[in-house]
Amino acid sequence: MASHHRLDVSEVGEVSVVRFVDRRILDASNIEELGDELFGLVENDGKKNLLLNFTGVEFLSSAALNKLIILDKKVKSNGGKLALCDLRQEINEVFAITRLDQLFTISDSEQSALTEF
Amino acid sequence: MSHDWICSKEWKTASDTAEAREILNEILASLGDNGWGEEYTFGIHLAVEEALMNAIKHGNQRNPEKYVTVEFRSNAKIMQMVIEDEGDGFDPNDVPDPTLEENLELPSGRGLMLMKTFMTTVDYNEKGNRVFMEKDLDAPPPPDDDDDDDDDYL
Repeated sequence: MASHHRLDVSEVGEVSVVRFVDRRILDASNIEELGDELFGLVENDGKKNLLLNFTGVEFLSSAALNKLIILDKKVKSNGGKLALCDLRQEINEVFAITRLDQLFTISDSEQSALTEF
Repeated sequence: MSHDWICSKEWKTASDTAEAREILNEILASLGDNGWGEEYTFGIHLAVEEALMNAIKHGNQRNPEKYVTVEFRSNAKIMQMVIEDEGDGFDPNDVPDPTLEENLELPSGRGLMLMKTFMTTVDYNEKGNRVFMEKDLDAPPPPDDDDDDDDDYL
């Protein structure tokens, strides 16, 4: 099991619930490390179903969105499912503006998101 | 159009994301001091972040010997910025629309789109290595189609 600096991972049934350590997902070096850790969940740890819980995340840039798009492809190619929950209003708006709300399953709460799997 | 600026600053920084972050924080603090509320600063934060990272990562290719210059001016209603890198430039029209169905899964193009969404005006020079951005709180809501022909550089 890999250690994570940017992520807090817990298991709920067959779903890995991932929380972010950083309140602002944006710094270039953070983004690279964050991407590597997220991809490692699928590629190294063999996680199939991922729920990204955005509680506490105040900001994210397009670089973070790009990492999520790549993660989604990796999860799907592994036969799993990726979902997002607990996005604050401004971040929800970013997903809507970029139409990524159509690519990702987004729920208001972790509880309702878990029913998507 | 001339404006009465409350705040006017310039920076010249190496292609360093940590320095860019300090500039961004200074700009956000200045806007706060000038009375800009959080309902505006989230979008401005996003647009400026994207423009600075574009200049450093895509423009200067993170070359520490190349610099990014930043001009910032604001009052209680308008903020303007010019960000210029020393790269080869690009044509914003070549950036694919990330909201098109066929591009939804492409991990690119969203930074520029977010800049245009949260700013009133985003204009690149012909070379594509300098961007002018303006947020005007008195500007009418944008039309559905882009109709930017403003060339109001600082």
